[in-house]
Amino acid sequence: MRRTAILIMSLLVASLVLFLLLRLLPGDPAAALLSVGADQAQIEAARAQVGSDLPIAKQFASFLADMFRLDLGTSFVNNASVLDEIGARLTVTIPLALIGFMLSMMIAVPLGIISGVNTDRWYAQVISVISQVGLAVPAFWMGILLVLVFSIKLGWLPSGGYPASGWDKPGSVLTSLVLPAITIALIIAASQLRYVRSATLDVLGSDYMRTARAMGASFPEAFMRHGLPNGSIPVISILGIELSTAFLGAVVIERVFTLPGLGSMLLTAIEQRDYPNIQGVLMISTLLVLIVGFLADVLQRIIDPRLRQSKGLMQ
Amino acid sequence: MTDATDVAHNPERPKGSWVFRCGLLLVGAHLFIAVLTLFWTPYDPLDLVGLRLEKPSLAHWLGTDRLGRDTLTQIMVGSRIAMIVGIGSVALGAFIGVTIGLLAGFATRVWDDVLAAVLDILIAFPVLLLAMLVVAASPQPSLWTAVLALGIAMSAIVARLTRILVKRVLQNDYITASRCAGTGWVRLVWLHVLPNIWPFLAVNFALQFGMAIIAEASLSYLGLGAPLPNTSWGRLLQEAQGTVYTSPLGAIAPGVALVLLVIGANMFADGLRDIADPTRRNER
Repeated sequence: MRRTAILIMSLLVASLVLFLLLRLLPGDPAAALLSVGADQAQIEAARAQVGSDLPIAKQFASFLADMFRLDLGTSFVNNASVLDEIGARLTVTIPLALIGFMLSMMIAVPLGIISGVNTDRWYAQVISVISQVGLAVPAFWMGILLVLVFSIKLGWLPSGGYPASGWDKPGSVLTSLVLPAITIALIIAASQLRYVRSATLDVLGSDYMRTARAMGASFPEAFMRHGLPNGSIPVISILGIELSTAFLGAVVIERVFTLPGLGSMLLTAIEQRDYPNIQGVLMISTLLVLIVGFLADVLQRIIDPRLRQSKGLMQ
Repeated sequence: MTDATDVAHNPERPKGSWVFRCGLLLVGAHLFIAVLTLFWTPYDPLDLVGLRLEKPSLAHWLGTDRLGRDTLTQIMVGSRIAMIVGIGSVALGAFIGVTIGLLAGFATRVWDDVLAAVLDILIAFPVLLLAMLVVAASPQPSLWTAVLALGIAMSAIVARLTRILVKRVLQNDYITASRCAGTGWVRLVWLHVLPNIWPFLAVNFALQFGMAIIAEASLSYLGLGAPLPNTSWGRLLQEAQGTVYTSPLGAIAPGVALVLLVIGANMFADGLRDIADPTRRNER
């Protein structure tokens, strides 16, 4: 209940921030409708159509009402329903983000634990250096490098594009998502690995591990039974952020691989100053980011009974 | 707490200063090149000085791009844009963020709660998305739009950190003592709060510098960064992606320059953290 209330409050504040940023910064959205040299009457008409002639509070009220009904309006450019367009784009972006995210876990969790358990070994140092470098690599450049290796040198995978038939042919969709998903996975794994490693180090230094070992449990036994559940708690708390990063990383990655997802919709909308589309994409992205954070929170409470009892921790 | 012997025998310590020096060297080298380009570059960055997509040679160490411009020159000039955007946006973010953070730290309970909630939500937005929003709303993209966008986008993180640090400092006895002695709050901030929080902020700024470089390159790559004739690494990479089949070096070299600078900034931050907070030296 409490968490749901916080989620709704966050959404309200987020929509206010979004609304204010789009309105208060210079540039009237009505200008996007007009060509150069429009006269005063045309400007007035465009402002009335967009609603930017109303007082700001009224604009926000009607904006909120629209959001509540999930009415995101229609595009300035082609009059298409913004919500429908977003729905179609999400069939690219959500699978891309989810596959990328799962791949990153498959890389980061084992490597993080290995490098945390054997800090002194050479491979732990190598993992550490690689993750340090990975943190400094922009996602789009990682994408270009992967294209260079896997599409151009090896010729294994397409360097970009998306089948026009969409999910009717799942095989070809997945082929076109492999490289973009790996790109996202590598970028996220670099930071995820550090969290997993530091959680592992915390677990190894803990009293309960020492106690379990003193009572005769072997290291793998103690680690699986006590280490993993405890160590996963801080990692899960950042999973929400990581999943959101995956989702938003898709924005840039889609441009590298020319995928028709939410990111390319946002970029086109920005280039065309298509305010309803910009607003819609950002609003839905925010919604998704907040819901993911909410779910990560719930998951954390399911795993950690201590959090369920004390409300104080959430303050 | 670590006692004196412990610190002296801490095996991480020489490594910490090694990391710091290495970071300083990388960032310093980029800064040197950025300043150097103001006075001298191998060629004019916008002149067509060779054939199109030339291979590396003595005349053009990293070859030429699709129009015949010298790649090395462009990368060197690119470090100037990176430095301007990196330093500019971090400074702007610091100014906005520290101000808001100080206000929140000193505010009454209600205002503090409101600010904290808003900051928490703003932080949920990734910097790049916020920056794209600011670029989207600005009428004419320029170098300063990128600085403004990234500065605003990063300020929420600074504000939240400052607020937490201020709260922690304000709990100390020396603050109470100073207040009892009649110190006004502006003076209190200047004398006690800022000197005690700046080392932690500085670490954050160094990390954000690296983030800003990556974000600026991403914005430029997406066509939302500083427009021509500014030569940004992001735009170089975007242009080179089109000719990656015939001349892969152009799509690699600017990225290497960028990664070296960001790694340098991160190492610098790590080293700075060791200096600012000796108790954390063992965590890495």
